Amino acid sequence: MSKRATDPQILTANRLIDGRVVYWQGAGWAESLAEAEIFDDPEAADAALKGAARSVAERVVVGTYLFAVRLDEGVAVPVKARELIRAAGPSVRRDLGKQAEGLFSPPPVHAQVRHARTTPGPARDPFDVSI
Amino acid sequence: MYRYDEFDARFVAERVEQFAGQVARRLAGELSEDEFKPLRLMNGLYLQLHAYMLRIAVPYGTLAPRQLRKLADVARRFDKGYGHFTTRTNMQLNWPRLADVPAILRELATVEMHAIQTSGNCIRNVTADHFAGATPEEIEDPRPLCEIIRQWSSLHPEFTFLARKFKIAVGATVHDRAALLYHDMAVEIVKNAEGRTGYRVSAGGGMGRTPYIAQLMCEFVEREDILAYLEAVLRVYNQDSRRDNIHKQRIKILVNAIGAEEMRRRVAREFEEIKAQGYLRLPQEELDRIAAYFAPPKFEPIAEPVAEYEAARTKDKRFADWCAHNLAAHRAPGYAIATISLKPIGGVPGDCTSEQMEAIADLMDAFGLAEIRVSHEQNLVLPHVKKRDLPAIFARLSELGLATPNAGLVTDIICCPGLDYCDLANARSIPIAQKIAGRFADLKRQEEIGELKIKMSGCINACGHHHAGHIGILGVDKKGVEHYQLQLGGSGAEDAAIGEIMGPGFTAKEITDAVERVVDEYLRLRQPGERFLDTYRRVGMEPFKNVAYLEQLHAAY
Ligand code: SF4
Repeated sequence: MSKRATDPQILTANRLIDGRVVYWQGAGWAESLAEAEIFDDPEAADAALKGAARSVAERVVVGTYLFAVRLDEGVAVPVKARELIRAAGPSVRRDLGKQAEGLFSPPPVHAQVRHARTTPGPARDPFDVSI
Repeated sequence: MYRYDEFDARFVAERVEQFAGQVARRLAGELSEDEFKPLRLMNGLYLQLHAYMLRIAVPYGTLAPRQLRKLADVARRFDKGYGHFTTRTNMQLNWPRLADVPAILRELATVEMHAIQTSGNCIRNVTADHFAGATPEEIEDPRPLCEIIRQWSSLHPEFTFLARKFKIAVGATVHDRAALLYHDMAVEIVKNAEGRTGYRVSAGGGMGRTPYIAQLMCEFVEREDILAYLEAVLRVYNQDSRRDNIHKQRIKILVNAIGAEEMRRRVAREFEEIKAQGYLRLPQEELDRIAAYFAPPKFEPIAEPVAEYEAARTKDKRFADWCAHNLAAHRAPGYAIATISLKPIGGVPGDCTSEQMEAIADLMDAFGLAEIRVSHEQNLVLPHVKKRDLPAIFARLSELGLATPNAGLVTDIICCPGLDYCDLANARSIPIAQKIAGRFADLKRQEEIGELKIKMSGCINACGHHHAGHIGILGVDKKGVEHYQLQLGGSGAEDAAIGEIMGPGFTAKEITDAVERVVDEYLRLRQPGERFLDTYRRVGMEPFKNVAYLEQLHAAY
């Protein structure tokens, strides 16, 4: 099995009425990535995605899909920049989007320290998308 | 400015109410997303990464102060207080709520604005030279023809459901500022040997995955025949294009599959048939009627040199710098065309806040400026400014952070929204443009480099015109990591050319250094009078490639 297939996953969508990014949190949709349910089991993830058809039918969300995360001390960090940016807001406008509304929390310090230990070079915040 | 007649006003009002009904039915569950999506796209409404995005049409890039104020107003009340001007000379709102869109469209309709034909497989917003009506170079203002094409195509039953979108641009000068030959169809206003005004028509240009330069279809179409001729091109496209493969549906694919010669033959045959059937002629009176709406303001007779202007230039270096780069020659003595750069160093290319838009509208009123233009280079242009007003206008623009003296220079970068906003993006483009602009921020250095157009897209759709950049940058996704491909030698001007891909992509950390090395190499190699593009055309890719990958070579050894 490829590495990608074993990554934990999160279920996401956009809210119909305003387009805002939301995450499945087990019993409904949350606005913050930190509240998202993390699926370790691909089958459970697929089942949740199927189940989300109901939210679509009920006109709560549109465009449901799963994306991969890696766990860093229990904190889910999206594998792709795209999902980091969806979770936070535009990287070029830190004053806008969830990052400006208290809906995007950077990972705990120990996660950053751990990251610094395992990657060569200076300590890097895994949520840091600066270029 | 073109003013709506009753028909236009009714059409837009009906369309708004129709869409309001569709939104209500969507929210009430009577329409599924699959049913609703094509309807919202027909009204310029997309769903992007963070929210919906509404693309508001700015026909031929022309706005009156009241329209600019309305854009500022809807951006503030229904969005986050700013808009983004695009290479299609439209304005996008990045955060509207679906439930608010009908209200936004109603507001826009009060100033004759809408979001029709900004999306979907129709004839899109027709674009023109942003110096139209002001430049001394032109044969006549291209915008009346744009407006006629708009009216003709708006409701044309045959062309409402094309295989794909269809973009038309109109120009009237030898110097092409509208990237004409990168359009599905390009119309150039020309004079023939007898001195008669008519149209040179090309077709089959485009960017995206497979870029092509438009091919000449007809050297001279008589004035009254133009709609019939355009209809002939569109009809051949409609009948013969491939609808089975989404990547092959643009007219550029058809033209290049059958060849320009065969395309010309088919269009000529269709044109003859349309004419034989007794066709829609464009009467001169109708053209004159529309042209009257675009009549320039009455220019005051002003003697050159204009003392106040000359004195301010001698006294104020910053003003002199701005004049040197952001002014262009005007057809009337004592007047100038002024570019308001939306590319402040470190800013987001093309973004403009509600406060800035309102302040510009106030400034226009204060100085009797009836219109402003949006350029495909994502800047604003004041087409008819009296030179004696320039020092005061410059002072006001400086206060607003809108006086960056970089029009046409290396920091005047075209850049699409990329992965910071766009659902289709592979990589971010804005932060890269910001870093490059920051690297070349020094004006002396920019002047030393001269005309160098950097254009950047976050994916192959090429909204940032990277194929046409002297230096083009394309964001790609390499195993989930943002990478950037360099292209050199493109041009969107009268010497149109498609940039050549240098080789493997660069990381986000490497790309700015690579661009800088390419630019430095040009400075080393250039001969007197050569722009970057000229040097590239003389020496080719090799010398630039040799320096661009320096970092990777060092890393490998
Ligand atoms: S070029 Fe791609 S990333 Fe950029 S705006 Fe267009 S579709 Fe989006």
